[in-house]
Amino acid sequence: MARLLISGAPHLHVKESTQSLMRDVLIALAPSLLVSIYFFGFSAIKLVLVGVISSVFVEYVIQKFILKTKVTINDFSAAVTGCLLALNLPPSSPWWLVFIGAIVAIGIVKMTFGGLGQNIFNPALVGRVFLLISFPTLMTDWSIPESWFRSGVDAFTGATPLAITQEGLAAGLTLPEIFAANEFTFREMIFVKIGGSVGEVSALALILGFVYLLIRKVIRPHIPLVILGTIAAMTGIFNLINPDIYTGPLFNIFTGGVLLGAIFMATDYVTSPMSVKGMVIYAFGIGVITVLIRYFGAYPEGVSFAILIMNMTVPLLNKYCKPKRYAKEVKHG
Amino acid sequence: MKLTFSIGGIHPKENKLSRDAHIETFPIPDVAYISMAQHLGSPAEPVVQKGDKVKAGQVIGKPTGFISGFVHSSVSGTVTAVESKGDLAGNPVMHVVIAVEGDEWCEEIDRSKDIVREIPFSSEEILEKIKNAGVVGLGGAAFPTHVKLNPPKDKKAEWLIINGTECEPYITSDDRIMRERPDEIVIGSVIMMKALKVEKCYIGIEDNKPEAITSMTKAASQYPQIKVVPLKKKYPQGGEKQLIEALTGYRVPSLALPIEVGAVVHNVGTALAVYEAVQKNKPLIDSIITVTGTCVPHHRNFIVRVGTPFSKMLDAIGGLPKDAAKLVCGGPMMGKAVANLEASTLKAVSSLLLLTEAETKRKEESNCIRCAKCTEACPMGLEPYLLNKLSRIGGLYDELEQEKVHDCIECGCCLYSCPAHIPLLDIIRVSKAEVLTIMRNRSLKK
Repeated sequence: MARLLISGAPHLHVKESTQSLMRDVLIALAPSLLVSIYFFGFSAIKLVLVGVISSVFVEYVIQKFILKTKVTINDFSAAVTGCLLALNLPPSSPWWLVFIGAIVAIGIVKMTFGGLGQNIFNPALVGRVFLLISFPTLMTDWSIPESWFRSGVDAFTGATPLAITQEGLAAGLTLPEIFAANEFTFREMIFVKIGGSVGEVSALALILGFVYLLIRKVIRPHIPLVILGTIAAMTGIFNLINPDIYTGPLFNIFTGGVLLGAIFMATDYVTSPMSVKGMVIYAFGIGVITVLIRYFGAYPEGVSFAILIMNMTVPLLNKYCKPKRYAKEVKHG
Repeated sequence: MKLTFSIGGIHPKENKLSRDAHIETFPIPDVAYISMAQHLGSPAEPVVQKGDKVKAGQVIGKPTGFISGFVHSSVSGTVTAVESKGDLAGNPVMHVVIAVEGDEWCEEIDRSKDIVREIPFSSEEILEKIKNAGVVGLGGAAFPTHVKLNPPKDKKAEWLIINGTECEPYITSDDRIMRERPDEIVIGSVIMMKALKVEKCYIGIEDNKPEAITSMTKAASQYPQIKVVPLKKKYPQGGEKQLIEALTGYRVPSLALPIEVGAVVHNVGTALAVYEAVQKNKPLIDSIITVTGTCVPHHRNFIVRVGTPFSKMLDAIGGLPKDAAKLVCGGPMMGKAVANLEASTLKAVSSLLLLTEAETKRKEESNCIRCAKCTEACPMGLEPYLLNKLSRIGGLYDELEQEKVHDCIECGCCLYSCPAHIPLLDIIRVSKAEVLTIMRNRSLKK
């Protein structure tokens, strides 16, 4: 007698798994990583490796020895967190900084809430913000480490364009003066800009990753596009009102962590809303808060805080923003 | 732009391997095991006894309620037993067992191939003929057709919608009849329009069946009230609610029947059965069945007498293939896994599908990563991840009702899409049944 499987319908299943989705995110990060390695050499490799290994290690230890549950490091989600954490740090960070960040990200933000799928906040971002508050000097040290591929001195060694702009404005200069003094060009911002986190070097590489994620249907385009659109519209309006004080859309989109945040951090499945309506509100909020922090806040950069603040609204957004139901609106014939 | 439904849906690999195989007549079995539960509703009651001689087309079971139907013998021979026997899941169901002798049919049945276009019957006569022929919906649910063609007096049907979408992967039986017998389907549709007293009829066919669209359009060309509409391929287009929206733009309200928006939906196979019942006096005693699967060497479409054992059909393709891991009766998305190979075919069986372990075995469940792929896929706009969570907490029936678990059409899109391999539909199906029971009890109390 033949042995046959019995189960309820459906009898077919997508090939995708949590593992394959996370692997796709890692692949999408590869272009940015390669660009960073080119510019920052060994320190980029070191940071990412330490980030990935320590995140996976922390998750393993907690699952195996503390929670005594099934170890699920094979799903690559800890690896993604570690990789994103490293990409959000300054290139000259010491290795132990990443390690501490990984303990916070995985140990506190992810595992105490119940592991994969349960956390409220984006683990990598909390790790980054924890480090920013605890080690402010290290986290704003934008000196550029040695690279095998690159020699000579670059234009921006001291600080990020955002920080330079904020300092300049504080010193009473106008934007055109700051831009002229520092030789900012948009060509550089779009293709490569040195001065910023490991993963922020090339906008083009990040956009390449975005396109890959869209093609592989890993993420939907709503969140990144709405964030970028909101930032562009809002800074556009402010810039029109007073171009001497308020930076414009291109500058705001292509500097700092906006692209990295919009494409890879805000789209984290676990900490973003489930319905399209929720996604749009969430992304709009991130855009607005980012601009407000950049224009009026104490920090030159606001994306991380904006995403974490909007992470808090996700449970509410999920409760009140339902997907379009088939059976709700009735038109009678 | 081609029409389709607006919410959710998925694109599984279509694998229509048997699409070019002509319909072959399957040999009459030596013994036919005819189930009395051929339709949704209460099973028929056997009206023959052991030792009776029967002809093909003769009534052997009579309806036992409003939602029930006649069952006819599909073969000629001697009744050897009227007994309980396992259905495809192994549950006991009353069967009439007939040892086949020759192939003698009842005299009133017109077995010629001539197309009869003239419809000299009134609406009531048509319904009576359909009822007496034991016609059931051949889209899968096997709802008695005469009941569906007779909507409540206070509701007015506006459209007859004929479902030729065949959106399930693998199955090609509807595709084949649309290509080989389009005139009969179109006349069957006209008959149903007459029964329903409607002026408009849409025949929806997915665009992965261009030959069927061509042949049906040609057959329908002399009936201006019938419009063949190509639809953009997307599963579950053949779901009644999805098809109605795709074709008319109207959405059926929660818990309501399609007639609420003026639509009545029937399958192309049903239209063919109606044609045969009304124009040829032929009861529904055979079915068009696709036998296929990636592990099957020859993909075939058969016309099979009702009551033919599954095992006989598998013999015809050279027995159960070595790497077959599951036998599905129906499509891979909504069909039933067969537990009992000794079960026999029913009127509404459209396919026997063999799947390999790699194709069908479910992987181990892991944590929900809240990717929202289930929500994106759900054609009813529900949130399967949430229904799963609420169901597993237990007892949260009010919350489940609020989240419209009762709107689930069990199409399987959620479970299909889940990268964490959570058995969403398995869990939701149970909650849905519980919530529906609670809602029914509450409305009875009022």
